[in-house]
Amino acid sequence: MNIIDRRLNPQGKSLANRQRFIRRARKQIADAVREASGKSSVADVNGGGKIKIRSDGINEPQLYHSGKSGEHTHVVPGNHEYVEGDRIPRPQGGEGGRGREASADGEGEDAFQFVLTQDEFLDLFLEDLELPDMLRKQLKKAESFLPRRAGYSVSGAATNLNLVRTMRNSLSRRIALKRPRPAEIQALETELKTLTESGDDIERCRELEIEIEEQRRRSRRIPFIDPVDVRYNRFELVPQPVASAVMFCLMDVSGSMTEHMKDLAKRFYKLLYLFLSRRYRNVEIVFIRHTHVAREVDEETFFNSRETGGTVVSTVLEEMLRVLQERYPRDQWNIYAAQASDGDNLSSDNAKSAALLERRILPICQYFAYLEVGDEEDGFNLGSEIWRTYERLDRSGHPIAMRKVNKRNQIFPVFRELFARDQSARKAAS
Amino acid sequence: MSPDDGVMLDKDKGETRARFDWDFDSLSRAHDQVAEIALGEFGLDIYPNQIEVITAEQMLDVYSSIGMPLMYRHWSFGKHFARDETLYRRGMRNLAYEIVINSSPCISYLMEENSMTMQTLVIAHAAFGHNHFFKNNHLFQQWTDADGILDYMEFAKGYIARCEARYGETAVERVLDAAHALMTQGVNRYPRRKNGGLEEEEKRIQERMAEIERSYNDLWRTVPQNGSREKRRTTEAERRQILGLPEENVLYFLEKKAPLLKPWQREILRIVRHIAQYFYPQKQTKVMNEGCATMVHYEVMNRLHEKGQLGDGAMVEFLSSHTNVVLQPDFDDRRYSGINPYALGFGMMQDVKRICLEPTDEDRTWFPQFAGNRDPWGTLKEGWANYRDESFIRQYLSPALIRKMKLFTVADDGVSDLVVKAIHNERGYQTVRSSLARQFDTAQKEPEIEIVDVDLDGDRRLMLQHRVYDNVLLAEDDIQPVLRHLADLWGYEVSLTEVSSSSEAVLKQHSAGPTGALAAA
Repeated sequence: MNIIDRRLNPQGKSLANRQRFIRRARKQIADAVREASGKSSVADVNGGGKIKIRSDGINEPQLYHSGKSGEHTHVVPGNHEYVEGDRIPRPQGGEGGRGREASADGEGEDAFQFVLTQDEFLDLFLEDLELPDMLRKQLKKAESFLPRRAGYSVSGAATNLNLVRTMRNSLSRRIALKRPRPAEIQALETELKTLTESGDDIERCRELEIEIEEQRRRSRRIPFIDPVDVRYNRFELVPQPVASAVMFCLMDVSGSMTEHMKDLAKRFYKLLYLFLSRRYRNVEIVFIRHTHVAREVDEETFFNSRETGGTVVSTVLEEMLRVLQERYPRDQWNIYAAQASDGDNLSSDNAKSAALLERRILPICQYFAYLEVGDEEDGFNLGSEIWRTYERLDRSGHPIAMRKVNKRNQIFPVFRELFARDQSARKAAS
Repeated sequence: MSPDDGVMLDKDKGETRARFDWDFDSLSRAHDQVAEIALGEFGLDIYPNQIEVITAEQMLDVYSSIGMPLMYRHWSFGKHFARDETLYRRGMRNLAYEIVINSSPCISYLMEENSMTMQTLVIAHAAFGHNHFFKNNHLFQQWTDADGILDYMEFAKGYIARCEARYGETAVERVLDAAHALMTQGVNRYPRRKNGGLEEEEKRIQERMAEIERSYNDLWRTVPQNGSREKRRTTEAERRQILGLPEENVLYFLEKKAPLLKPWQREILRIVRHIAQYFYPQKQTKVMNEGCATMVHYEVMNRLHEKGQLGDGAMVEFLSSHTNVVLQPDFDDRRYSGINPYALGFGMMQDVKRICLEPTDEDRTWFPQFAGNRDPWGTLKEGWANYRDESFIRQYLSPALIRKMKLFTVADDGVSDLVVKAIHNERGYQTVRSSLARQFDTAQKEPEIEIVDVDLDGDRRLMLQHRVYDNVLLAEDDIQPVLRHLADLWGYEVSLTEVSSSSEAVLKQHSAGPTGALAAA
């Protein structure tokens, strides 16, 4: 008898099966995920969770007897009152001790319910989304190098000494040049010693002396490790193509923004943040919020602290330019920006904002997304100040996209439109 | 389980162990004590035991791969895992306390969450009860190879993984999908005639020639022959003989005779067929197998208690879970979902024991061969060795048990009211008993489908026949998908005819053509 503890065996043996299952049911699951995310709030997006999918495509058909046709005989336990020949009215819906067994094999379930992990959920949730024009500057940033092993060299830093190679060379050289081993000299010396002590065979003593001298000389002349033996690990620096991007999150937090609008904007950015931090490893995010003055803040402050004041959009654009010049040289970074605002602006500032955008920001931006948030009942009949300003830029072919949102449940569709991988879909939607 | 939980578990692993009230020494002691009773007193005969302790998640793994420790990869196992996991996490289903593999050594999985009492119960149930049954029942002896199954699964898993690497996951998945759809039709119900090899064949031909020479009579030459029709008939019969038709094992036929399959596809069919065959005895002996294991654990636990090796508290814990296992709700109970094989099996075993020790006059009339023979274990072991559910019920179900379970038989023609045909009285025992036996007969539950012919002269259509008993047709929903899978494997059109067994009338016709799914991959 053996008792084996298997609990520490690698877990997740069925992971491969699960991946195959999800791939198989991909379409149904993706539909279900979309549907589920439409209903729940954005904050829940992180969660993963239970979904219900239709079972077509994941059926496992089998041939089995139909429970509906033909004559069946059932043996059932628990007879209280029946005697032979009694007639029992047909139970509704096949209940009451018949028909169950026949359908048990068939698994006539319409929907199949199971739990997706967070990763799986997000994978499907953010499927087909991409930062636009991500690759354009990909190779520009070639200053990042990674060392890669590239054979051996005869010169190098002591830290890179390859001991095994060096000793191997040394050994083969010593063997080839017949360098005497210390043990051999030792043996000769012992022999000499015993001979001198005993005092006979002077001839042999002399021979030995000469030989020992010769061996010692050899040993001195042929070094144990010669510079020609030494080998170093060689590294080559391989340029790393890095897709680096910086994403500017710009948000109006002035007095004209209601709680609802801020909430919408926050949700949009949360989604964006989730998307970015998941989709790309090398993406930096800069948060700038503004009233009549703009300030770069950390994420925590950006989403959570409050501030009031007027609205001057150009300030945030200027702040963005300042940060760009300071930290993100344009030839090394792909630059993206997403602005959220209620559309209000100081009238006198419109021209300045437009000029800033058109001349300085849009030319270096890969993509500029503008999200206009409004009150729930608001119809956006007339374009707001910013909307009208930006619309002109959009029409003139600049890389700018604009959307209006006034309900929570619009956030996700708008987000998908803005970042859909397929350019034509994005164009068609706008 | 979320990743956070995983971290927590790792950190606490040392303490986690300490949380359980058993350790490996006590498991080993329990095993020895159980062995003393089961082997020494009851005289069970088992494969060597291997007991493996696993976590709930690993139990779910084993669940989803149809109870095999090793299994090739397929999405359907992922689906079952997802469903089982969901049900388990929501508390809608408990996991089994154990799973046991019919192999040598016999592997029993114990869940780490079980208490020491439950571990003892499970050791008695699986490592001795099921183990004895696997080793001694004639169906398992005849159809499964306990020594080789784990090696075979290892091979199967590796082979399919290599196929996936070479031909792509999709291509392999399509073959497996099709093979799984035909899995219940991939079983030999009867031993195949052994082909004796060349030598024997030659000997037979020579004997036949000798016989022809011996019985030669020139007169036969003068008998007028009815030429063409006769000839036509022989070719048809010949064709069937060459193809080995009729053939009930559809997967076997496809593996050997389907014209377009590639060698690796045939090998996959073979693997699926072998697995189906391996599980076929288990399907036929559900009641007996569970009855045997439940009987063994019940008797062992009682003996342990009598010998003072099991405390009163533990005994109560055992009885409470044992009672749950053998609970048989009445038909009008909300919990009713068919006859519980544990309850029926355990009831029958206990009943056999009672008949051996304290028979009534009724028992002496019904079971003259063993009533009052004072040897319950010998009687039970003989039953476990030589029967399957259907025949065991037919032989051993006593009127006493029918009365105790208040079994009755209901006839249902699908249209009018249900009619009570027999109840637990003198007139009804025989009817109830044979109806129940039929109910547990796998051959009755599963449709009888055979390949009857192939249209070799025409469009190579493969013709199948379903013999319909009591007008029970096949369920409509799945016929087309299964036939399409079959057609894909066969490569040409297939048709399925449902023929009434009483009147030979054709009740229904289905047909399907290949979708090209296999060819495309």
